[in-house]
Amino acid sequence: MTPEVALILGIDGLANGAVYLLAGLGLVLIFSVTRVVFVPFGDVAAFAALSLAAFETGRMPATVWMVATLAVLALAVEVRSLVVRGESRRIPRALVGWGLLPALPCLAAWAIAGRPVPALLQVAIAVLLVVPIIPLVARVALQPIADASVLVLLIASLALHFLLSGLGLLFFGPEGSRTAPLIGGALSLGGFGISHQVLLMVGAAVVLSALFFLAFERTIAGKALRATAVNRIGARLVGIRPARTALLAYVCASLLAGLIGVLVAPVTTMYYDSGFLIGLKAFVAAIIGGLVSYPLTALGAIAVGVVESFASFWSGALKDVIVFSLLIPVLLARSFFSVHEEEEEEIDE
Amino acid sequence: MKNFVRTALGVVAGCVLAASASAADLKVGLSVSLSGPNASLGVPYAKGMQAAIAYRPEIAGRKVVLTVLDDASDPTTAGRNARKLIEEEKVDIIMGTSGVPAAIAMAQVSRETKTPMIGLTPIGLPPADAEWLFTVAQPTPLMVSAVVEKMKANGVKTVAYIGFTDAWGDLVYDALLKATEPAGIKVVANERYARPDPSVTGQVLKIVALRPDAVMTGGAGTPGALPFLALQERGFKGGVYGNHGMINPDFLRVAGSAATGAFLPTGPVIVADQLPANYPTRKITDDFRAAFLKVNGAPSTDAFSAYSFDGYLVFADAAARVIANKVEPGTPAFRVALRDAIATTKEVVGTHGVYNFKAGNVYGVDERARVVVKVDNGTWRYVP
Amino acid sequence: MTAQARHRAAVAVLVAAIAIAPLLLGKFGVSLLNDIGIGTLVALGLVLLTGIGGATSFGQAAFVGIAAYATAWLTTAHGASPWIGLFFALALTGLAALAIGVLTLRLGGHFLPLSTIAWGLSIALLFGNVDAFGRHTGLANVPPLKIGAWSLVEPPAIYYLIWALVGLAFLFNHNLLQSRPGRAIRSLRGGAVLLASVGADAFRVRLTLFVLAALLAGLAGWLYAHMNRFVSPSPFDVRASIEYLLMAVGGGLGQLSGALAGAAVVLLLKNVLQDTLPLLTQRAGQLQAVAFAVIFILLLQYARGGLMGFVRRWTRGRFAAPEVDAARFADAEPLPRRTLPAAGAPVLAVQGAVKRFGGLVAVDDVSFEIRAGEIVGLIGPNGAGKSTLFNLLTRTLPMSAGRIEFLGRDVSTLSQQRLARLGMARTFQHVKLRPQMSLLDNVALGAHGRTRSGLLAAGFGLDRVEERRIIAEALRHLGRVGLAGRAHELAGSLPLGTQRTLEIARALAADPVLLVLDEPAAGLRRQEKHSLAELLRGLRGEGVTILIVEHDMDFVMKLVDRLVVMNFGAKLVEGAPAAVRADVRVQSAYLGGHDATAGGAASEARS
Repeated sequence: MTPEVALILGIDGLANGAVYLLAGLGLVLIFSVTRVVFVPFGDVAAFAALSLAAFETGRMPATVWMVATLAVLALAVEVRSLVVRGESRRIPRALVGWGLLPALPCLAAWAIAGRPVPALLQVAIAVLLVVPIIPLVARVALQPIADASVLVLLIASLALHFLLSGLGLLFFGPEGSRTAPLIGGALSLGGFGISHQVLLMVGAAVVLSALFFLAFERTIAGKALRATAVNRIGARLVGIRPARTALLAYVCASLLAGLIGVLVAPVTTMYYDSGFLIGLKAFVAAIIGGLVSYPLTALGAIAVGVVESFASFWSGALKDVIVFSLLIPVLLARSFFSVHEEEEEEIDE
Repeated sequence: MKNFVRTALGVVAGCVLAASASAADLKVGLSVSLSGPNASLGVPYAKGMQAAIAYRPEIAGRKVVLTVLDDASDPTTAGRNARKLIEEEKVDIIMGTSGVPAAIAMAQVSRETKTPMIGLTPIGLPPADAEWLFTVAQPTPLMVSAVVEKMKANGVKTVAYIGFTDAWGDLVYDALLKATEPAGIKVVANERYARPDPSVTGQVLKIVALRPDAVMTGGAGTPGALPFLALQERGFKGGVYGNHGMINPDFLRVAGSAATGAFLPTGPVIVADQLPANYPTRKITDDFRAAFLKVNGAPSTDAFSAYSFDGYLVFADAAARVIANKVEPGTPAFRVALRDAIATTKEVVGTHGVYNFKAGNVYGVDERARVVVKVDNGTWRYVP
Repeated sequence: MTAQARHRAAVAVLVAAIAIAPLLLGKFGVSLLNDIGIGTLVALGLVLLTGIGGATSFGQAAFVGIAAYATAWLTTAHGASPWIGLFFALALTGLAALAIGVLTLRLGGHFLPLSTIAWGLSIALLFGNVDAFGRHTGLANVPPLKIGAWSLVEPPAIYYLIWALVGLAFLFNHNLLQSRPGRAIRSLRGGAVLLASVGADAFRVRLTLFVLAALLAGLAGWLYAHMNRFVSPSPFDVRASIEYLLMAVGGGLGQLSGALAGAAVVLLLKNVLQDTLPLLTQRAGQLQAVAFAVIFILLLQYARGGLMGFVRRWTRGRFAAPEVDAARFADAEPLPRRTLPAAGAPVLAVQGAVKRFGGLVAVDDVSFEIRAGEIVGLIGPNGAGKSTLFNLLTRTLPMSAGRIEFLGRDVSTLSQQRLARLGMARTFQHVKLRPQMSLLDNVALGAHGRTRSGLLAAGFGLDRVEERRIIAEALRHLGRVGLAGRAHELAGSLPLGTQRTLEIARALAADPVLLVLDEPAAGLRRQEKHSLAELLRGLRGEGVTILIVEHDMDFVMKLVDRLVVMNFGAKLVEGAPAAVRADVRVQSAYLGGHDATAGGAASEARS
């Protein structure tokens, strides 16, 4: 292990850590508002990556059909619930929100598929194309059980992961893809280079986490989001609509997932099931942050990325064993310094 | 439940088919990984089998009925599928699958139920346990030794290994050890990575630090391209060699320029048109390609779909002989006779090689089943 | 038909169906049922651990794997008999669970599930890296089970063994949950403080439950190895654990039958999809996961308590609720009683108790004594530190300084549960009852510290004598607090005031020397308060000492022998009710600034 090797491993770890950080922020965002551990987060990132790869090979990504189908389903569910609640006058708004808005990126994707367009436009459309996915899926699958226990929500979210990765296999096939780098070239640092793509990833992670911190600590909307998670009924009493704040959280998280997907696609081969591992490592980071703290999540993510990198140098086959075994003392330490809820939630009946 | 559904639909179909049900059909059961980590092999396997059925839908006047089940790359499910195919679908032979543990699980069931099995991957079982098992895949040492010969010819003295942390990685590594010893080449590293890993920086750094003359890779499919990319990134100048699990166009697409100049072993099917005109497998390969294109609407571009085609050819040859001996399909006697017939397969020409099976030997190919190819400008180039 | 009779009938029908199934189904159907049986065992452990115990585990497949590999290795590499393999596998699995549990079960909140992922993943990965286990190719040719000369190689042969074991497991756990350790297990979700107050150590209960769940998974692993006769690493990874969790949740985490329902639903659904999807589409193989996920999500939406939760909701109210016939327990020998100290002997002595929270002094040098046979009231305005002092006395909170003596023993650093077993029973300001347990069970929990039946005795039904004594005791105390005849009702259906009374019954079931009550009269109507006062006076007459924190002056003044008044964390005044009421300092504390001198003296004394 020479200093140069350590540096390369460190940078590699930092790059991976940046991805886990962003995914971890998304997980904490969704959990802190809806109490859902959103396992399929990584799958949505994979969809963004694979959609971009499809654009680059001149095809229209199958994500378009996925979003269109989900929009139809969500619209049907929303209209039915409005009718049942006697609020039929809100149907036009629902049509726009749940039908028209998701259709816009689909139309854009259809428009640019196979045409020679600037790479940046392809990236932007790939991101926008996956933004409707999490809100639509959540509307259909999670909102009806929004007040269930955390465990049931977790299981539902696991089932959603199987659903989305299964759809991914169906639409994108079992083989993976890489995309062209968003920024080519590399930064030369006395002997070896850090690719600009890696710098972009780390930079994006820093900027986005700062934005998150500010949004959640300093804005009213951010505080409303946190209030909903802590006490749903209390939030409603002060005029916050849990369904609406949940929607906001899901849209932001979806956007984040899309960004992660296009950032990671040039450096990693993305498969239809790449999302699971990203989600798992991000989950580790999010738990280290206690599912509430963004700074600790960021720290946890970087730690996971760096430890993973060094562990793979030590033993490629046992890399995950090392990472997860080291996790346990960290959890013990974290748990020691946390305040815990005395009583467990009762299970649903 | 299954019986209920089948009965409902069968009542309708049965009335139509009642007249022609006098001679029993031949039934083939295929279990492959259509989902899960081994899906990149499983999907081509299924397509190849469809091509085979289209190529030869009848054997000795009997219609062939194919049932395909997905085992999601899980050995328990593969065993369950084998049992289902044998006990519910009453197949005469089972074939599969894309992962070695799953194939072994199926082999256990085939042995217990006395049904012949044609595997599509290398399977290492001691002869005593392999009475009912045959495989059309080439033994891994046969393939890897071809690459090692190339290494020796290129003056390689030390080689590092990086492969999957699963049965395939183990198989290739063991074959490498066996082949390099007589060639006087030393294996200096045994790095592993998992299929879903996004990066192999650590492993490759370790390899590069050892300064080997060459690197042998033990991956498969698109994840197999990862070491190529990483070695290129680290500026490794030595030769990088691959194995026959990487022969598909997606590997070339993802590896890009990093794989240029790499040597890989493979069955002759993938470069059939570059082979000498009198190469035994050329004609059947053309037939395979035509059938595949017709059934799947796109040409065959990988080496895996050809394995199931070959498996079917071996089965067809043996079944024809058994039917000629007046044994009816769908009976236990037929399965025993079929197994014995496969065990006496002589010179059946497939796309991957010429098959000769013997009782007590799972593999049935020789050097004719192996060629070396080089990656050249995003295509496979035959190296004579 | 009563619920119990319905239950028995359902079980009888199920057993009959299971017994004749191999005669009706083909070999594949039987082997599918075998798989369901093995899955049921693992899911049963999950229902106990996650559903009842509240600890979500993503690592049960790792325990299945440890047992499967242990027996496979022993029988292939060393030629041992599979029955020896059973003991070896269970021993190894139990030890592994013990080690993992000791290390990680103190984790709280979300940290625990992640730790289960951590070791679940690590163990599964380790299997593939050990040469002796055949690395990733695994161990093949594991010998089948043999009973005498009869080899259990065919699916119908091993079927009866599997389902016999499933039946035994259900019986064991059913017995367990209705017993003393079972009540403690069912109270795990109520929190460690609740369990400590009845003399149970929540960590030990959880650890025992964890090992039990692991052993069930280990049994399943042993069966898996000798049924499939081939073990490889991938059936024991996190995805398999997730599938077991899906089984448990889909079947219903709230009841044992959920394990069977869940395993059946998941495996049968997969089989049905495998059969029917190819008839609808060409790409059936890849649609299977999607279709399964969609159906599962729909199941959760319509039955978030799982299939059996749905059934339970549907049958609730359609059948007569079970009734507890008190007469049946009349002949049970009463539990041994404590000898109470002579009247006037010191029971509790608090000397200089101090509690600091950072810079805030919540309890400031409080000292007083409680003697046997008296009722002492602890009163003071809001924020006086009564509850904090209360928690110090019951050892729920550690003291910053000071000394507490209970029955002559220094208990300043004793744990809550040890103190509870010594004879101090308490109630809670925020009622800690188990809402899904019956009144009887809630009260019977109080006798935990007085009784001894352990897990094994309970599971094998050897604790019946002690259990009858506990039930009789619980019925007696229910009667004392006026809840006789309602033993079968669920505690969650009671109004808050009655819940407080129930807590008192639970505290009484512990046969306390000192009963500490936290606002017992809150939420009670006038008549109920009379009854409560009567009850407490009756207890005093029997020699029980009572410390009571209350806000209701009327109730307290007429009941207690002595009052201790607190203000701003310090003891203000102590004495007989009349004297305390007349005390000017007390009046100013409650009314605020009536006598400036007195109020100023009090605040000067504090600062």
